[in-house]
Amino acid sequence: MTVIADIPEAPRAARRPQAGNPVLRWLRANLFSSIPNGILTVVLLALLAKGIFSFVQWGITNAVWLTPATDSSACRALRGVGACWAIIPEKYRFILFGTYPFDEQWRPALSVLLFIALFYLSTRRALWRRELVFLWIGVLALISVLMWGGVLGLSFVSQDRWGGLPVTLILATFGLAFGFPLGILVALGRRSKLPAIRSLSVLYVELIRGVPLVSLLFMASVMFPLFMPSGFNIDKLLRAQIAIILFAGAYLAEVIRGGLQAVPRGQYEAADALGLSYWRKNRLIILPQAIRHVIPPLVNTFIAFFKDTSLVLIIGIFDLLTTAKTAIIDPAWQQFSVEVYIFVAAIYFVFCFAMSRYSRSLEATSRR
Amino acid sequence: MTTDARRPPPRRLFGTWGRRELQGLFWQVLVVGIAVAVVGFLWSNTVTNLSARRITTGFAFLGREAGMPIADSLLAYNPRDTYLWAFIVGVANTLRVAVIGIVLATILGTLIGISRLSANWLLSRLAAVYVETLRDIPLLLQLLFWYVLMQALPAARAAWRPFEGVFLSNRGLILPAIPVGTPQLWMLGTAVLGLVVFYAIRRWLIAQQMRDGRPRVTWPFAVGLILALPATVSVLLGVSWTIEWPQLRGFNFVGGLTLAPEYFALLIALVTYTSAFIAEIVRSGIQSVPRGQWDAANALGLRRSFMLRQIILPQALRVIVPPMTSQYLNLTKNSSLAVAIGYQDVVSIANTTLNQTGQAIEAIALIMAVFLTISLSISFFMNWYNARIALVER
Repeated sequence: MTVIADIPEAPRAARRPQAGNPVLRWLRANLFSSIPNGILTVVLLALLAKGIFSFVQWGITNAVWLTPATDSSACRALRGVGACWAIIPEKYRFILFGTYPFDEQWRPALSVLLFIALFYLSTRRALWRRELVFLWIGVLALISVLMWGGVLGLSFVSQDRWGGLPVTLILATFGLAFGFPLGILVALGRRSKLPAIRSLSVLYVELIRGVPLVSLLFMASVMFPLFMPSGFNIDKLLRAQIAIILFAGAYLAEVIRGGLQAVPRGQYEAADALGLSYWRKNRLIILPQAIRHVIPPLVNTFIAFFKDTSLVLIIGIFDLLTTAKTAIIDPAWQQFSVEVYIFVAAIYFVFCFAMSRYSRSLEATSRR
Repeated sequence: MTTDARRPPPRRLFGTWGRRELQGLFWQVLVVGIAVAVVGFLWSNTVTNLSARRITTGFAFLGREAGMPIADSLLAYNPRDTYLWAFIVGVANTLRVAVIGIVLATILGTLIGISRLSANWLLSRLAAVYVETLRDIPLLLQLLFWYVLMQALPAARAAWRPFEGVFLSNRGLILPAIPVGTPQLWMLGTAVLGLVVFYAIRRWLIAQQMRDGRPRVTWPFAVGLILALPATVSVLLGVSWTIEWPQLRGFNFVGGLTLAPEYFALLIALVTYTSAFIAEIVRSGIQSVPRGQWDAANALGLRRSFMLRQIILPQALRVIVPPMTSQYLNLTKNSSLAVAIGYQDVVSIANTTLNQTGQAIEAIALIMAVFLTISLSISFFMNWYNARIALVER
């Protein structure tokens, strides 16, 4: 990425004679271009050095990396001067997979790898074909088989024992897989010429976007049982999943609507002139262009949405953040929550950062 | 042309109605029908379930005694007050976080956004790292992190004292305060009135200047109305401006302004998280101003502050304001995460109400009503502001 210079000063900096050692020239142009800038650089360097030094001291030199199993005395002896990373090897299986049966944890682990492979393949432009949809359906079905079991000699594991990273990935991916088509329908509905359909779509989007996700999750956890006929009750995870799909649908609809607005009128007119029906017109001509327009904002919505799945903590679903929070309830390890949060933050960061890098690269290629 | 062109169009089943209109009607009837059927199904189930569980519907419960404790509130509250009052206290708490959070996030975000554009490589890199890190970690995780850090602070007796009269401990942040009574409110009222009158006078003077081109002086009015007038009122009413310094008595602090750990953690989390998004908006806004505008202003020899205020900022704001509106809305909605750390905002109080009374539908309807009102107010104001600064073309 290029460094954007402070604009009013840039012309002067550019006119400096280009002589001398390139390293010195770079330093001069970027760090010591003027006296206030030089002072700023020195102050920032001092602060940065202090910050890095105290972090290294706390996180590396004074830290405890391993302890005998279930023994936190070495960590407690530190009294806050160092990090206790030993809690991670102690608890990582619980944080990653929750209460999934210990001997069967290769199944959620494999599911996580499948998810990652699926995301990776979906980012390849060469693979953006109809087959990708079938791939998604296939992989998601495979993951369901792995997680539930009960067939092919795999033992059955009920949903309330699932937890950790697979649950986060399931909530996000299924939310996306169902929210995306829902969003397309609602976006089309919002631009439809039919008043009843348009108003229903507007009502849906504005209601969902106007309230916090927390209240939708409360609704899913408390009110859903009231809505259903008596004796019919579905699992808490599925209820949260439905709330998340409805939520994703409303947000994605607005992004896609932006894309629909960017398709030139002539494209609609041309499609009409060909005598295509409404659905064929949208499927073959309008939507492919509209979605291509909004791929970067779509990826940004995915990132926001991936992070938002962590809110299911509030209704007690065992996603990655909840397992982390539960792992430190254990009195022996209670003081070391910062370490656990850093570990989990790193996992979220890797996923979101990868997506945001990808979105940036897409923007760069689409601008060309 | 043959005579065919003059032949009337073939008769259709519904007069001038075409196939398209008929199809449209069909789809609308179908979709509305499905929506009505689904809502009706859910409604009848709910009614059956409610009567089976002997829950009466309606908002009558709001008049009953709430009996829930609220630790930290802006308005006076005790557990014997009604649910309605508890609820209003919750709304006030939500607004307290949202309004202060929006102001602080805007300031911090603008500073970081400008830092990212700095000629100083180190500063712009650090700002970039700040933005990337905060944006890619869930807000709830950050909130829990800050809350844990607040709890890990030393106890009141060993509180940190970064400045005289400021204490940071596991009781929260304690600041010196000026107690506000009626005379102070009167003074504040006069200052606001002075500001409004000054604004009107300034507009009138600028309109005069537009007519005859002679510049008018506005600052004496500002001094008179915004400074001198409230000062006079303050002297007349004998307002005392003694600062109340917090002191440690026994195990807790007396006096001063206390920001409870829950409130403080929520505020830090919301402000830092939202500022990362605002920084990006500010950066893209400034970058959207064409380079030529800077060059032209420089060529005219304008002062830097004048150039920023009169030329760059008005153009950048056009790009900045619409996405900024959604960030303000996000911050307000995200304040509902308070429920995770036990700060009693409107969502948390409605949730407690729901658990105590079983009035799920009413409690959630109230949450939704509050947030829809806040959202609509913010977007109404920001749209008004946006329309004011938008580019008027032809």
